[in-house]
Amino acid sequence: MDFIRSKIRWKDCRRNITVCLLFVPTVLVCLPIILLVTGSVMGNGELRQYLAPVFSDSLNFISWKLVPDYPTFESYGKLLFMTPQFFVLFWNSMKMVGCILLGQLVIGVPAAWAFAVYQVRGGRALFALYVVLMLLPFQVTMLSSYLVLNRLGLLDTQAAVILPAVFSTFPVFLTYGGFRCIPVQLFEAARIDGAGEWRIFWKLGLPLGKSGLLSAMVLGFLEYWNMMEQPMAFLENKALWPLSLYLPEITWAQAGYAFTASIITLIPAVFVFVWGQDYLEQGIIFSGLKE
Amino acid sequence: MREAKRVKGRRSGLRAHKDRRAFLVFLAPSLVGVAVFVLMPFLDVFGRSFRTVVTGQFVWFGNYKTIFANQAFQLAVKNTFRFTLVCIPLLVVIGLAIAMPVSKLKSMGTIKSLYLFPLAMPTATIVIVWKMVFYKQGFLNLFLTKLGEWTGLWGELHTDYLGTGAAFWVLVFSYIWKNTGYTVVLWLAGILGIPSEYLEAARVDGASERQCFYKIILPNLKGSLYTIVILSFLNSFKIYREAYLVAGAYPQQDMYLLQHLFNNWFVNLDFDKMAAAAVCVGGFLFAVIMLLQRMWDSRT
Repeated sequence: MDFIRSKIRWKDCRRNITVCLLFVPTVLVCLPIILLVTGSVMGNGELRQYLAPVFSDSLNFISWKLVPDYPTFESYGKLLFMTPQFFVLFWNSMKMVGCILLGQLVIGVPAAWAFAVYQVRGGRALFALYVVLMLLPFQVTMLSSYLVLNRLGLLDTQAAVILPAVFSTFPVFLTYGGFRCIPVQLFEAARIDGAGEWRIFWKLGLPLGKSGLLSAMVLGFLEYWNMMEQPMAFLENKALWPLSLYLPEITWAQAGYAFTASIITLIPAVFVFVWGQDYLEQGIIFSGLKE
Repeated sequence: MREAKRVKGRRSGLRAHKDRRAFLVFLAPSLVGVAVFVLMPFLDVFGRSFRTVVTGQFVWFGNYKTIFANQAFQLAVKNTFRFTLVCIPLLVVIGLAIAMPVSKLKSMGTIKSLYLFPLAMPTATIVIVWKMVFYKQGFLNLFLTKLGEWTGLWGELHTDYLGTGAAFWVLVFSYIWKNTGYTVVLWLAGILGIPSEYLEAARVDGASERQCFYKIILPNLKGSLYTIVILSFLNSFKIYREAYLVAGAYPQQDMYLLQHLFNNWFVNLDFDKMAAAAVCVGGFLFAVIMLLQRMWDSRT
């Protein structure tokens, strides 16, 4: 009896240990955020004092305080009320991401529907092509995008970033996963009842394939909010840049700004992450669907 | 009987015709866009890879010879290979090591969110933190020095992680940091998709946990493995953002990746070299994807 009880206790104990061990790496996730948040509410003088070793050549180490001596919203105030450029960049980001996602909805979702529902000769080969295109990194297609944007006269406009992203095949692939999960019999039944293809798409496909669609949007937002390669290559005018490119331009001398701007950049991403976490997970799983 | 078959045949012919029309209507906008923005320009690039950039003179494989003899190209290819070969196996194993115990927990919501969060963190934001950690006077050295003082094994450390060969490992670290979450999610989906009857039956027959893992769980996860490898590969190219933001366009040479090279060629308008390299890298990736797919298809 005792032996069994001790065995059970040992099992409980082991489970608790594994749970603790699983939380250890998450410290690495939380620490950077804490660092950024505390940095953003520190006064400039205090920050400079802590960070001084980083930009001088002394042998002292960087130091930090989790609770600043004089917490202040000074840099938030300065950034939000006295730096109109910041707003321009913020809205640039919002505008580009918004246009890209909207375009993907309008263009990519029907394409995914076509691949998922209609069995047509050559359809599978075409889909395989889409998958390969989705896997090609930006650097491989950079020159071809540049050539076409140049010919269309779109370089150095935000359309140069938006248009190629709208025709990305990644959302097609994700939404396809969602549509494939709908039982085919449903469409057959609708057809027998005399529904047209467009009606089936609108009334059955969209509501039932919503999860795939939303996961494409969530993954898309996180990806394009963080976009750097495309604007760096195709936008020369800094007034058109997104926030993600501007942040690294802030020097250590303005560390307060850097932290605050980082936090503000982070907020929309966190918001989407928290709101769409289920879809995010779903999307990751859909992106793994093998057909 | 035959009549009925013919009617049915005609009906299904009609169906196929209707299907084809609907397929084309739904796909057309996307297909036109992909053709205009990706396929046709890529053909153009393919053509340019055989010509010089200024005069447009046809030079056969001249550009290809140039890039393969180019030292920067060799270095970049070597580093990119090294990075991928280190990161992907590491990520796959770490992801599985975390997913296995998580799959046994009753509520895994919090832990999954915590691991997934780095995916949502914009690169520009996290790079500030990495700089503070990995600079000569940064947190990592501070921590290690304190550890050394405490154990009495070593003295003050002032390693410059970003200016030496260690820079490569900084990149590896930040790649793993960012991508562990989705690997865990994919492994979890695979593990939870294994019918529990398999495991129960094995346990009834007296299989140990270790046997269950090697004989039942692992063989059933081949599909997930394929996916994870493909997606990790795709994401490994995005490490350029971190590398560029931490160290600029010409970083320490262990960190110089193909992405840097492409970007520098782009800035210098070396379009002929870029075209040849794009064709090579694109072709190589295509071959790898096809090979992986073939491997995976033949095993199941």
